[in-house]
Amino acid sequence: MIVEIGHYALALALVLSLFQAIVPLWGALKRDDVLVALGPQAAVAQLLLISLSFAALTYAYLVSDFSVSNVYENSHTLKPLIYKWSGVWGNHEGSMLLWVLILALFGAGVAVFSRRLPSDILGATLAVQAMIAAAFLAFVLFASNPFLRLGQAPFEGRDLNPILQDPGLAIHPPLLYLGYVGYSIVFSFAAGALIVGRIDAAFARMIRPWNLVAWITLTLGIAMGSYWAYYELGWGGYWFWDPVENASLMPWLTGTALLHSAIVMEKREALKIWTILLAIITFSLSLLGTFLVRSGVLTSVHAFAVDPERGLFILMILIAFIGGSFTLFAFRAKAMESGGLFAPVSREGALVLNNLFLAVAALAVLVGTLYPLALEGVTGQKISVGPPFFNLTVVPLMLPLFVAIPFGQRLAWKRGDLLGVVQRTGVAMAIGLVATLATAYAIGRGPALAILAIGLGLFILLASLDEIRERAMRGGAAGAFRRLLGLPRTFVATALAHAGVGIMVIGIAFTAFEKEAILSMKPGDSVKLGEYTLTLRGISPYSGPNYTSTVAQFTVHDGTREVAELRPAKRLYIGRQMPTSEVGRHRVGLSEVYVAIGETSDGAHVDLRAYWKPFVTLIWLGPVLMAFGGLLSLSDRRLRIGAPRLAMRRPRRLEPAE
Amino acid sequence: MTRKQKRLMILGGFGLVLVSALALILTGLRDQIVFFRSPTEVLAGKVRTGEAFRLGGLVEQGSVQREPNQMVRFRVTDGPNTVAVTYQGLLPDLFREGQGVVAEGRLDASGAFTASTVLARHDENYMPREVADALKKQGHWQPGKTDGPPKP
Repeated sequence: MIVEIGHYALALALVLSLFQAIVPLWGALKRDDVLVALGPQAAVAQLLLISLSFAALTYAYLVSDFSVSNVYENSHTLKPLIYKWSGVWGNHEGSMLLWVLILALFGAGVAVFSRRLPSDILGATLAVQAMIAAAFLAFVLFASNPFLRLGQAPFEGRDLNPILQDPGLAIHPPLLYLGYVGYSIVFSFAAGALIVGRIDAAFARMIRPWNLVAWITLTLGIAMGSYWAYYELGWGGYWFWDPVENASLMPWLTGTALLHSAIVMEKREALKIWTILLAIITFSLSLLGTFLVRSGVLTSVHAFAVDPERGLFILMILIAFIGGSFTLFAFRAKAMESGGLFAPVSREGALVLNNLFLAVAALAVLVGTLYPLALEGVTGQKISVGPPFFNLTVVPLMLPLFVAIPFGQRLAWKRGDLLGVVQRTGVAMAIGLVATLATAYAIGRGPALAILAIGLGLFILLASLDEIRERAMRGGAAGAFRRLLGLPRTFVATALAHAGVGIMVIGIAFTAFEKEAILSMKPGDSVKLGEYTLTLRGISPYSGPNYTSTVAQFTVHDGTREVAELRPAKRLYIGRQMPTSEVGRHRVGLSEVYVAIGETSDGAHVDLRAYWKPFVTLIWLGPVLMAFGGLLSLSDRRLRIGAPRLAMRRPRRLEPAE
Repeated sequence: MTRKQKRLMILGGFGLVLVSALALILTGLRDQIVFFRSPTEVLAGKVRTGEAFRLGGLVEQGSVQREPNQMVRFRVTDGPNTVAVTYQGLLPDLFREGQGVVAEGRLDASGAFTASTVLARHDENYMPREVADALKKQGHWQPGKTDGPPKP
């Protein structure tokens, strides 16, 4: 019964979204505020209906209702509770339901928080958001329905794919989707502004909070996915340039560009056409990512069931929205006056440079991801475009961008003084240089690029933090602390986010210095990993709730002192008879000893892959700091949604007292 | 600087970045891509010695031999033809005889294939698409079997 209610709620949400796609838009075009006012109500109601639907599916999972086909295919009574819960989105149908839930969440968010939006833009934006929702609700209901019942309920389910049974998976997809789908509202704002035909600095102000929320969650989602791949897949890598990873990286690159170009639009009323275009492109890339991941044209852990019909459905949605928005853009682009020229050496010049490199990098990733599909479609030849291609194209595009960060954030608007800026980054540059030389000396030899990258990372990190100090100390040490607290949050946010980039660069550079050992060991054997010694103590069986496993006990010694015991394991999940690896890790500060075991064919030997990974944690700490910067920027009072603008209040204060 | 010079400078800078990026992309697409080949194609001489490519097919039943130092020998088949593979290292979790596999590596002068990476599937009813297509081409596709692709 509850499942049927969920199913019905979803159908109702589809009808409601069609209503919301038409009525507020009509209101916006006819300047009828009463009709527009129906939009926010519909958006909130839609969120409630889809939440109800999602809750119903969650309920079916929690009680293991195997009469529902989707639950039968992806759950098991022995599965721990948290994975019953996360199993809701660990499959194609459920993940698409989460997709529309988040879509509705952002629509309702705009409806609730953006009361001060101009009525026509609000109406048009909510209508566009509802069009997207209608398309995907139709997809869920007609092509990927999670509520279908089985004729006869089986006694036991088929279990969730075991490598998805991990706490990381409980949060990775929702985070990633919040980011991916979050750009839908930015897209809707852009389409709404184009429909209404009013594009000015206010647009940048309107999209700012939503853009930030989407960017923060996408950043965290990608970092989480990378960390999950690192500890769950047992390969020791953090990024594989897998097409599915690229699908999430592309909207991140253009979304980051959008974050920066919107600042220029807000402060200088320039880059208007480009900012609107970026908003459209970013969500288009999110849609493309959804298509690539969910259609099964790519083979990966993310492609659940391969169904050409579904692929075609999403492809049609993709074409309709990308085609529609670009047509709209082409019609209105002429009407948008372009901003004036500005000096190349200025804050806006630096932000344009940022956009240029990010956009071109996104293009390189796009080409590398789609080329194999295109080639196969045209010539039938199957190829793979792997890390060598992306390292050749993306890395050279990122390096100049990274170098520019410390200078760009110090340049003044309109006319910057590059020489002065270089002088002000002098200390950081000197420390970076010394660090580069020190690293080169300490490590002795190593890839020159990696050593340079460590220096570069340190330079970005120090220069970013130094700017905060510089501002706080302006006017002497006295009152520096008070000034520090009084600094605009957006300013501190920028510095922290950029420091995060530096930290990530250092972490990635250090992967060039990791130590690897791939060997076969028997109990009593030892292997040296950097400063540490890894010893196999024994191999023993173990039974978990829904798996059996072979556990290898290792001890880690630093000299003669035992510092840790590691228990990497090979698991066999009973439901699907599928083996997985559990990695053993020992963290030393920011570095890690990492062990993954393979087959234990004869019971006496164990094959293993062990690493010493210096400063590996920095790779994910960097993005976390970036996201924190975003959060801080979101919390800046001056720019919070709905906060009255200073310009509107000031004249009133100047009125003479009566 | 006049307005015209300024505009030229900006456009020139843009053009320079775009052109060099395109050059990088095209070079990459020429040199850094890896072709997928089935054993039949390999034996037909479609692969040059020393060229990196991906070999896909099924791991032949009874062909896996494990040797000391994590050396593994197995044969990849697409039905009528097989290619012998040597690989040193840890095999993926789902590497099994009779199941789909993709190995990336090179042929040496004697025609033996040395793999640098071996990829298997992500779950138990998933077959690398390339492998499925290669098998279909050779008429050895049995959709009813558990190692076929999942039902739509």
